[in-house]
Amino acid sequence: MTNQTDYNRIKQSATVGKTVGNVVIYALLTIWGVMVLFPFYWMILSSVKSYSSYNSEYIPMFFAQSPTMDNYVSAFTAVPLGRYFANTLIFTITTTAVMLVVTIFAAFAFAKLNFRGKNIAFILCLALMMIPNELVIVTNYVTITKLDMRNTFLGLILPSVTSVFYIYLLKENLAQIPDELYYAAKVDATSDLKYLFKVMIPICKPTIITIVILKVIECWNSFVWPRLITDDANYFLISNGIQEIRENGFGRENIPAMMAVVVVISIPLIILFLIFRNKVMEGVSRGGTKG
Amino acid sequence: MKVVLQHLSKVFPSRNKKANADVVAVSDFNFEIPDGELVGLLGPSGCGKSTALNLICGLQTPTEGRIFFGDDDVTDLPPENRGVGFVFQNYALYPHLTVRQNILFPLQNLKGSDKLSKPDMLAKAREVAELVQIDELMDRKPSELSGGQQQRVAIARALVKMPRILLLDEPLSNLDARLRLQTREELRRIQRQTQITTVFVTHDQEEAMSISDIIVVMRNGVVEQIGKPQDVYDNPVNLFVAKFLGSPPVNIFTGRVTDGTLFIGDDAVLKINGVPNQDIYVGIRPEGFILDRDGPLRCNLNRVEVMGRDVSVISTHDASDNSTIRSIIDAESAADLELSNVRFAIKPNKALLFGKETEARIFFNV
Repeated sequence: MTNQTDYNRIKQSATVGKTVGNVVIYALLTIWGVMVLFPFYWMILSSVKSYSSYNSEYIPMFFAQSPTMDNYVSAFTAVPLGRYFANTLIFTITTTAVMLVVTIFAAFAFAKLNFRGKNIAFILCLALMMIPNELVIVTNYVTITKLDMRNTFLGLILPSVTSVFYIYLLKENLAQIPDELYYAAKVDATSDLKYLFKVMIPICKPTIITIVILKVIECWNSFVWPRLITDDANYFLISNGIQEIRENGFGRENIPAMMAVVVVISIPLIILFLIFRNKVMEGVSRGGTKG
Repeated sequence: MKVVLQHLSKVFPSRNKKANADVVAVSDFNFEIPDGELVGLLGPSGCGKSTALNLICGLQTPTEGRIFFGDDDVTDLPPENRGVGFVFQNYALYPHLTVRQNILFPLQNLKGSDKLSKPDMLAKAREVAELVQIDELMDRKPSELSGGQQQRVAIARALVKMPRILLLDEPLSNLDARLRLQTREELRRIQRQTQITTVFVTHDQEEAMSISDIIVVMRNGVVEQIGKPQDVYDNPVNLFVAKFLGSPPVNIFTGRVTDGTLFIGDDAVLKINGVPNQDIYVGIRPEGFILDRDGPLRCNLNRVEVMGRDVSVISTHDASDNSTIRSIIDAESAADLELSNVRFAIKPNKALLFGKETEARIFFNV
C-alpha cells in the first residue's frame, strides 16, 4: 500500500511541475507574441486615424477615437498605387522566375558537373558575398546607366537575377544527392536535363520553395535599387509609392496615409507566408543539416 | 546475350604528378560470359571487380580492350544505349517517387519505336513487380520499405526494360545475414526465370559460390581464376585463390618435397610423384583430413566443436601457417577423441601444393 501512495505523490508532483512549467512557457510566449504583434497593431491603428487626429495626439493613444478609412481611399487616389502594385508584381514575378532558373542551373553545375576551373569559379562566386551591397549598388548603377537602362524593367530586374547565397544554398542541397542516382538515371537513358527536372528538383523542392519565398519577399520589399534607377513614376514600385505618400502631408509627414499603404502592401506577403510557412521552416532547417 | 571482354584494362591516372603511380584497376581482363549464365565477380575489396562491372555497364570507359554484347561492339556506347540493367549497392531508388513510379522510370525514357503506351508500361511494371514479389507495395515510397524490399524494387527497376545484361554491384551487402540468404535464393530464382545474363560483384565467397554458374576470382585488377564454383574450389590455381575460397578456410602448412615424399614439418604425410625436391606450401581443406590413430600428421588437440552432423577438430601443428588447424570430420568417427594428441591421414585429392616462391599450384600424381 505504501508503494501506491508513493506513486500517487510522484504523479501529483509531476503534474504540478508540468502545469507550472506550462504556465511559465505560455506567459513568456504571450509576452513575446505581444512584442512581435505590437508593431502590426500600431501600423493598423495609425492607418485608421485621420491626419489631423494623428497629429493632434501629443501622446499617441493605443486606440482610435474616430476610426476612418479615408487613408485607404486616399492611398489609391492620391498616388497611382494600382500601377505601382502592377509594377511590383511584374518586377517580383520576373525577377524570381529568372533568378530561379539561373540558381538551379548554376547550383547543378557547381554540384554535379565536372569542368575545368569549377572550384575557382565557385570560390569567386562566394567571394562576391563578402563585398558589401552598397559597393555593388554603385557599380551596378554606373553599369545600368551606361547601358541606358534607367527607367526600364530590364534595368530594375537585371541586377537581382543572380544570388550567390541561394546558389550556394541549393548547391549544398544538390550535392547531398548521392551520385548513384545520377548513374542509375544514366543507365536508364535519362538526359542530364531530364534528370535535373525529374529527380533533383523534386528532391530539393523544400529548398527551392524557400528560395522562392525569400526572393519574393526581397523583391517586394526592395527599395534602394528601384529608388535609384527609376525617376519616372511609370516605373515606380510600391516602396517608392510609400515614400510619395509620406511626403504628401501638409508640411509634415503623412504617417497615417503611409501606414495605410504599408498595410495594403503587407497583406500579400503575409498571406504568402502563412500558406508556405511550414515549407519555409523545413527548407531553412534542411539547408544546414543533411537532406 | 553473351558478353565478351577482350584485353580489358582500366588505368586511373595518378593524382600525384611527381610520382607517376597510376592505379591499374583492371588489367588485361579476358572473359566470355555465356548466354543466360549467372557470373559472380569475386575478390577482396579494391581488386577492381566494381570497376570491371562499371566497364561492362558503360559508366566508365576502358583504357584498352573491347567489350562485345553478342556480336555488337559496345565499347564506345554510353550506358543508356547498351541495354543494361544496373542494381547499385545502395539501390539508388528515387526517394521522391513511389515504388511504381520508380519501376516505370526507365520505361518513360524509351524513345522512338520502343516507346510504350501508358497501359503497356503499367502492365510491364506489374509483371516485374510480381516477379520480385513487391506487387503489394507499389504505392509506397522507398523510405517506407525495409532494406530487402528496397533491394527488390531496385532489381525490378533494372529488369523492367528487359535488359540484355543485368549487373549487380554488391547486391546483398546491405542486408542482414538471414535476409541475405533468402535474397540470394530469390536472385537465383529471378535469374533462372528471366534467363538474363547476369554479372554480380561480391566480396563474400560463400555468396558467390552458392548462386553463381561461373565465378571469376580477382586480385589487384588481375583475374586469378575463372571457373565453375566447385572446380575453382577443388582446383585453385594458386595460393591466393585457395585461401580466398572456402569457409572455414583452407589450412596452410609449410612443407617440403624430398624424393617423392611430402613432408609437413617432420611428418611424412604423402607419397607423391612428379614433383622435384623443393620447399612448398601445402593447403589442406578442412574436409581433407581423416582421423586415423596411425595417421602420419601428428597434431596437438586443442578442442572439439560439435556441430551436429559434423565435428570440427581444432588442433595445432608446428608447421602450420595458421595459428590453429581446423578439420571437419564425421561425428561418428570422432567419438573417441580424448587424447591430447590427434593424428590424421590426408586425402590425397584434397591436398594442394603451391610453390614457395611463385605461390602457383604444383600438380602431382599419387
